[in-house]
Amino acid sequence: MNIKVLGPGCVNCTNLEQRVKEAVYQLKMDASIEKVTDYAVMMRYGMMGSPGLVINDKLVSSGKVLSVKQVIDLIHKNS
Amino acid sequence: MFIFQWLNDQLLKMQWLYDLVQWLVENVFNLSMDNRIGSSIHFFIYDTIKIFILLLAIVYGISYIQSFFPPEKTKRILANVKGLFGNFLGALFGILTPFCSCSSIPIFIGFTNAGLPLGVTFSFLICSPLVDIASVLLIMSFFGFRIAAIYVVTGMILAIIGGWIIGKLKMEKYVEPFVYNSPMVQVEEQKLTKKERHEFSKEQAIDIFKRVWLYVIIGVGIGASIHNWIPEEWILLVLGQDKWYSVLVATAVGIPMYASLFGTLPIATALVAKGVGIGTVLAFMMSITALSLPSIIMLKNVVKTKLLALFVVYISFGILFIGYVFNMIL
Repeated sequence: MNIKVLGPGCVNCTNLEQRVKEAVYQLKMDASIEKVTDYAVMMRYGMMGSPGLVINDKLVSSGKVLSVKQVIDLIHKNS
Repeated sequence: MFIFQWLNDQLLKMQWLYDLVQWLVENVFNLSMDNRIGSSIHFFIYDTIKIFILLLAIVYGISYIQSFFPPEKTKRILANVKGLFGNFLGALFGILTPFCSCSSIPIFIGFTNAGLPLGVTFSFLICSPLVDIASVLLIMSFFGFRIAAIYVVTGMILAIIGGWIIGKLKMEKYVEPFVYNSPMVQVEEQKLTKKERHEFSKEQAIDIFKRVWLYVIIGVGIGASIHNWIPEEWILLVLGQDKWYSVLVATAVGIPMYASLFGTLPIATALVAKGVGIGTVLAFMMSITALSLPSIIMLKNVVKTKLLALFVVYISFGILFIGYVFNMIL
């Protein structure tokens, strides 16, 4: 599974990245987590609010700092 | 009218809290309110608690309303209007759409890429940090309805005219080409349940609280010292209404500053209490919210220097103009 956290590097984006790592750790799954700071890439996913979360090349959330539980739910829904 | 006045005094101005803190200062700390230390302590405790309560309550309420206007929906609505009305709607949605400075660039890209006129996007971009419902309610609490209304109307006019000028000047070529050229996926709007809206609003309130509480305490501290320790003559020497340079100083100090209005208001109220003109204080508040170094640096990623310079110069002069006009007529 491929997970991307999109954001220019503000506090919210860093927080989300931390929670994604925590979620992946809790699920004991094999996933690559990537941080994307390039605006051109962000817009390719249609992101309109930072931070954004992309799972397997699909934008599943934007403009929200999700909780660990929400991230886990989204991973289940999109895998 | 009486009930309305009472509600305003108790809910927005929080007269009950004022009285409670006064009781605390006089009977627990055994200090007189006429005494400098006593009134400084009163100002500090009262203003800090008041701003914290208002901040949590207002941000919660506003976020609930804003959850109905995600940027995707705004984009869809704005795509269908033309001319000056488009600028007006752009400014209006700037007030309603949830916004954090790090989201401004994705929104800018999203709007421009979707074919929205550049002018409408800029009306949105100018208005969004400048006028939001939370700050308007706060201004109402500190300065009353009239000043809040003036703030909203002039802020919107600044945004509408600014966007209109940028549209007329056909500045599209000064936007970085990738904004237009890369294909952008249309994302489905998220449908929210009542519970999700509540969760969203709660998170927003807590998040903003965490981000600004320190600014608030610093702001209230500066406010308290202006209120009681810095001689009035000094302040009026620099910011007095009869000094032609007062608005200029206030704007120049405010522009690079990156602070939230929550922290700025106690400074603004203290200045007004010392006799600084309303126009000067408006200019100070607007320059802090509308422009800041971090937001300018972020915009630099997507627009070329010429457009960025026009944006900064226009807003600076607009704020100066508003400051001088209101010092003259109020």
